[in-house]
Amino acid sequence: MEGGRAVNETSRQEAAIDTQQMNMIQAINSALDVMMERDPDVVVMGEDVGFFGGVFRATAGLQQKYGKNRVFDTPITECGIIGVAVGMGAYGLRPVPEIQFADYIYPALDQLVSEAARLRYRSAGEYIAPLTVRSPFGGGIFGGQTHSQSPEGIFTHVSGVKTVIPSTPYDAKGLLIAAIEDNDPVIFFEPKRIYNGPFDGHYDTPARSWAGHPQAQVPAGYYRVPLGAARVARAGEALTILCYGTMVHVVENTTAELAIDAEILDLRTLVPLDIDAIERSVKKTGRCLIVHEATRTSGFGAELLALVQERCFYHLEAPIERVTGFDTPYPHSLEWAYFPGPVRIGEAIKKIMRD
Amino acid sequence: MSDRPVADAGKDQPGRNLPPLRLHVPEPRFRPGDHADFSDFAIPPAGAMPRPDEAAAAESFRELAYGLVRVLDEDGQAVGPWDPKLPPETLLKMLRSMALTRAFDARMFRAQRQGKTSFYMKSTGEEAVSIGAALALARDDMCFPSYRQQGILIARDWPLIDMMNQIYSNKGDRLKGRQLPIMYSAREASFFSISGNLTTQYPQAVGWAMASAARGDSRIAATWCGEGSTAEGDFHSACTFASVYRAPVIMNIVNNQWAISSFSGFAGAEATTFAARAIGYGIAGLRVDGNDALAVYAATRWAADRARANGGPTLIEHFTYRVEGHSTSDDPIAYRSADEASHWPLGDPIARLKQHCIRLGIWDEERHAAMDKELAETVRDAARAAEKNGILGHGLHHPMETMFQDVFEEMPWHLKEQQQKMLDEWKAAGL
Repeated sequence: MEGGRAVNETSRQEAAIDTQQMNMIQAINSALDVMMERDPDVVVMGEDVGFFGGVFRATAGLQQKYGKNRVFDTPITECGIIGVAVGMGAYGLRPVPEIQFADYIYPALDQLVSEAARLRYRSAGEYIAPLTVRSPFGGGIFGGQTHSQSPEGIFTHVSGVKTVIPSTPYDAKGLLIAAIEDNDPVIFFEPKRIYNGPFDGHYDTPARSWAGHPQAQVPAGYYRVPLGAARVARAGEALTILCYGTMVHVVENTTAELAIDAEILDLRTLVPLDIDAIERSVKKTGRCLIVHEATRTSGFGAELLALVQERCFYHLEAPIERVTGFDTPYPHSLEWAYFPGPVRIGEAIKKIMRD
Repeated sequence: MSDRPVADAGKDQPGRNLPPLRLHVPEPRFRPGDHADFSDFAIPPAGAMPRPDEAAAAESFRELAYGLVRVLDEDGQAVGPWDPKLPPETLLKMLRSMALTRAFDARMFRAQRQGKTSFYMKSTGEEAVSIGAALALARDDMCFPSYRQQGILIARDWPLIDMMNQIYSNKGDRLKGRQLPIMYSAREASFFSISGNLTTQYPQAVGWAMASAARGDSRIAATWCGEGSTAEGDFHSACTFASVYRAPVIMNIVNNQWAISSFSGFAGAEATTFAARAIGYGIAGLRVDGNDALAVYAATRWAADRARANGGPTLIEHFTYRVEGHSTSDDPIAYRSADEASHWPLGDPIARLKQHCIRLGIWDEERHAAMDKELAETVRDAARAAEKNGILGHGLHHPMETMFQDVFEEMPWHLKEQQQKMLDEWKAAGL
């Protein structure tokens, strides 16, 4: 696991210098702070991100530190936010716009899909759109249909954008720094269910914080987690589970409860995907489960399933399974029936191991 | 949708003695077969509109959003406070750029008809809108054009052969044959990559201008869209951002009265002017005779001075007429009166500026005819040179593997894999 190794080495080096206990919001805030300090071209913009510091506090303190020319509140028009960010990128800045919830990103789709994603291509490199679009996504917070969606599959389907989803404070900071430094547009979806602590999938157990979690020890300064490298969240032999974001923690807990020796791959970047890590793992275990919270049909799981089938078919000992959100809008009161929790993941694992 | 009222639609609503509601669907004045008659169009007199100070508050000159700034009168004289009083060399440069744009359009339109490319869009009748503006801006002011402002590149002396290479998508095309013809990009001319999606460039121009202001730069941005696409959300997002941050940007609406086959009524022209959109946003709005190059120049210079003095954005409606079809893909005979263009009362922008220059004694008909001949030859020579690099569909395009380049800065594995598979398949097929 090349990416994982790189991270651990960096982690050890930085640990000797200065690490702090951070939750995911603090880690994201720290990444923005580090990058604004290092690069005067980095600007942060979005609804409520300035004086108030963002509805999730991810940009707290940045306006006071870097001024209103670099951290500013915007009108409530996602189309405008991304369109303006594309123009700022063309000027030479490196904008980091926030879309307050991924559920609100649709008014910005044309600017993302037709403009930011294709600007380098259509101008043959004359103009680029080095944007990092941060947006909280995913459910599990009783957010109803407008604060719970996982639209990553919409963006992985678009040529010219990268899609990144962290699952720990350490990765959130390192990946966000790498995303901001990247010269292509990056959609950076933050799993808001685990902003304040990992989630085991049991909605009725008390919320945990990140305190004591090894991946919550975060270097105070600059470091990168490279885009396109998966992380082995747990090494194992029985089956491979491909997941990202909140689901990494749900899967970790479910396999522990079932005492299954699963190999859990935290993909971290969906485009570009770490295909080598996936191939290596599935060829080793011969079984593959894919878990995501997004709706099923044409979801990213379908792409993963196709890739595994193309590359690992003769190593497979059971059909590949998917556990995903259902093809319904996100239901408020029935959230825990919709959410791919331990029951559904557990049944899928049992089926794969039976086959 | 049926335009007949449904009989007795209200009969099941006892006790409601109300008139039936009616849906208004706009209809242009003239359709094919009609004689276009603009005799009731009151041409606003040239020189009549006041010219406020560039620093004046936007709410103090609302009438400019409803009137029409005109400089050239019917006799070709420049009159009134908006006369930019340009030196002869600027006037003749303007005239030449407009004539060159028209000659370029004629040649490239014909090239499309000859099957040398897939698509073309003329700007006939609208040359003053882009050229008047381009000459009033600094060359490094950033332009975010729509698809009918080829005049900007020509006014900025961009090589014709480079534009033609793009139109032919040939091996000389800097954009590697990826863009529909006329969707230019020319960073060295401060000319942004044209999208083709409508009005997406508006918020981008505002963002560029905001960045320039945030950096304490002195360059401003300008952008163009058609009146039809002012209906897009991007237009309104851009106006909001421009107003909120007082961005140094000039937002031009080219009201050529036709969006393919939809007349300007479908963008709201029956109810108000497009310049009046500015009033709701609290920004300066000017309505200008778009066929009067001097009025376009003067309005642009006024707006540029205002922006450079941190006075904020200006929305300029250029009232003009689209003389030709939307593109090579439509025939306006099918949807509008055939003689509309020739009867349009605000005249032809080149003829009007020519008349003005002759009147000033700096130009004459003989020189004009000689210039037209020379420009036609210039364009012909450039086209011949460009055609040596290939025309669309005749094999002299960029190699097929280049389609995978520039999707990302570095090509990821999945694109490399797709590229290799494509090449292997073609090789296996013996191609």
